[in-house]
Amino acid sequence: MGTQGNGALLDVRGLAVSFDGRSGAPARALRGVDLGMAPGEIRGLVGESGSGKTVTSTCLMGLLPSPPARIDAGEILFKGRDLLGLSAEERRRVRGREIAMVFQEPSRYLNPAFKIGTQITEMLGLHLGMGKAEARAKAEELAGLVGLGGGRRVLASYPHELSGGMKQRAMIAMAISCNPSLLIADEPTTALDVTLQLQILRLILRLREGLGMGILFISHDLRLVRIVADTVSVIYAGRIVESAPREALFGSPLHPYTRLLLQSIPLANKRGSRLRAIPGRVPDAQAVPAGCAFHPRCPLAEERCSSEMPESTEHAAGHAADRHAADRHAVACHFVGKTWPD
Amino acid sequence: MRFLRFALKRLGRLLLTVLLISTIIFFVIRVIPGDPALVIAGVDASQEDIAAIRAKLGTDKPLVVQYGTWLAAVARFDFGKSLSTGQPVVRMIFERFPLTLALALLGLAISVALAIPLGIISAVRRWSAWDYLGMVFSQVGMAVPSFWLGILLLLLFAVKIRVFPLFGSGSFRHLVLPAVSLGFARAAVLLRLTRASMVEEMSREYIVTARAKGLPERMVKYRHALKNAMLPIVTMAGIQLGYMLGGAVIIEQVFSLPGLGRLFLTGVYQRDFPLVQGGIIFIALVFSLINFLVDILYSALNPKIRIG
Repeated sequence: MGTQGNGALLDVRGLAVSFDGRSGAPARALRGVDLGMAPGEIRGLVGESGSGKTVTSTCLMGLLPSPPARIDAGEILFKGRDLLGLSAEERRRVRGREIAMVFQEPSRYLNPAFKIGTQITEMLGLHLGMGKAEARAKAEELAGLVGLGGGRRVLASYPHELSGGMKQRAMIAMAISCNPSLLIADEPTTALDVTLQLQILRLILRLREGLGMGILFISHDLRLVRIVADTVSVIYAGRIVESAPREALFGSPLHPYTRLLLQSIPLANKRGSRLRAIPGRVPDAQAVPAGCAFHPRCPLAEERCSSEMPESTEHAAGHAADRHAADRHAVACHFVGKTWPD
Repeated sequence: MRFLRFALKRLGRLLLTVLLISTIIFFVIRVIPGDPALVIAGVDASQEDIAAIRAKLGTDKPLVVQYGTWLAAVARFDFGKSLSTGQPVVRMIFERFPLTLALALLGLAISVALAIPLGIISAVRRWSAWDYLGMVFSQVGMAVPSFWLGILLLLLFAVKIRVFPLFGSGSFRHLVLPAVSLGFARAAVLLRLTRASMVEEMSREYIVTARAKGLPERMVKYRHALKNAMLPIVTMAGIQLGYMLGGAVIIEQVFSLPGLGRLFLTGVYQRDFPLVQGGIIFIALVFSLINFLVDILYSALNPKIRIG
């Protein structure tokens, strides 16, 4: 898998990350993640908690604390350049400027002691070398862009004076301030009310239209991913098990885990079908099962699943080998297409 | 506007505190056995003399009336006249106060200058040599009583090596050793707090955001974390100024400095009730005033406090 060619925005290949614990085996948080994104693409990254979503995003940002984190293998090609080969200082200049991030809980992730405006303008000064007046004007423009009406008043406010939705908008304004080409949104709506969730999703879609940035939308909620994402990658125990365009993934999921995930949530168009919970839980990163990590929970599992790790292969209705990356449907399972037990 | 309301509220609280303290002092003094009139008159005074003195002092009137008169006087900042010198208590206090205040302020400056930088370095470079130095310093500082340190400093820097004067007052050099002995112990406490506060702020989520924004590490630490960490530090430093004023009482004895401490101690020895009363209220007032200023400063640093 992974996007080939020079036009790719992001091409993560075989990324493996482990954490050294105080005792016992190191926790293998990522075990060879492949993830490719085209410029302007919205990629949903879906998985249960503990599957490696946040480690992936933190690693992309270059913010994994080391120690205890260790990058064992792989590369992160961002616009063709390997981020893992950069110095700490070069990496810092990429953060916020070219790759920006929006976090889950704006109330915790905004600094309580600084005004919203200051928190935005300090980035503009730092990365774009703007003067005070210019940065303030830009901040007002950004506030308008993310739907913070009465920009000037909001910019003069402290985070605690704003509502949850406004805080997340402010956070987004901050993230897009330097016009990054990749925006990582890690569960950006999880802390918000349902009505606000939709507003924020719409904002994200609108920003992509306007600014053309690629967005890695990380969520455990398939329903949200279905609304915003162009393509979806499903992560399980530190590996991408399935990647496909949105319609393909939701319409004809191939990996048993994806299928079970889809059966475990109520989707509007699947009226009448039974909701199921996936038995068991995500394996402990210190003791990932051998072979396919999902086999203990998989209804299709056979003997070879517990010994052979399935490689990711492409399965698509398309023909040409040079299909656009976003159209590929890749699955890592021994039994693609096998009949589903009821 | 919001800030003004906050300030007024705190000012009201200050006045209430002082009122409460004046009341407590008034009644405590009345409860303590011993009639000031007897003390003034001496052992072989006649009943008429004593009655005359009581009438002059007002202690022959009912307690409620005395209380009212007392409060009215306190409100006018009139603590009466010293029994031993006959001078107004207020004037005596203000003659001595500048020295004690200078001593306390210098002590605070030393405490802050030692504790805050070392505390920040300890937090930022945890388990480094600096951190261990800070730990040793704060352990020693908390264990050593300030008067003992004062005596030690005197022996070392005024007797052995004659860098500073042994006693007397009137110049900055006279204040250095007492201020160091005052500030040292307080610095130990402040250092622990600074380190803990900074360590805690560094673990907050907004630090991740600051890093994700691509800010250089020094901005993450000394701008984003430090501004939040300063809140408890400022409060603590303010409270320490109050303690310094109290601690000065003892240190003034060690260094024979004619400050408030000496004055009040003499007042106690001589059963000079107006002086003792006035002194306690004055100290309480200064203490409250410091707390008031700390609150104002705290709210300027922390925008959240002004709501509510």
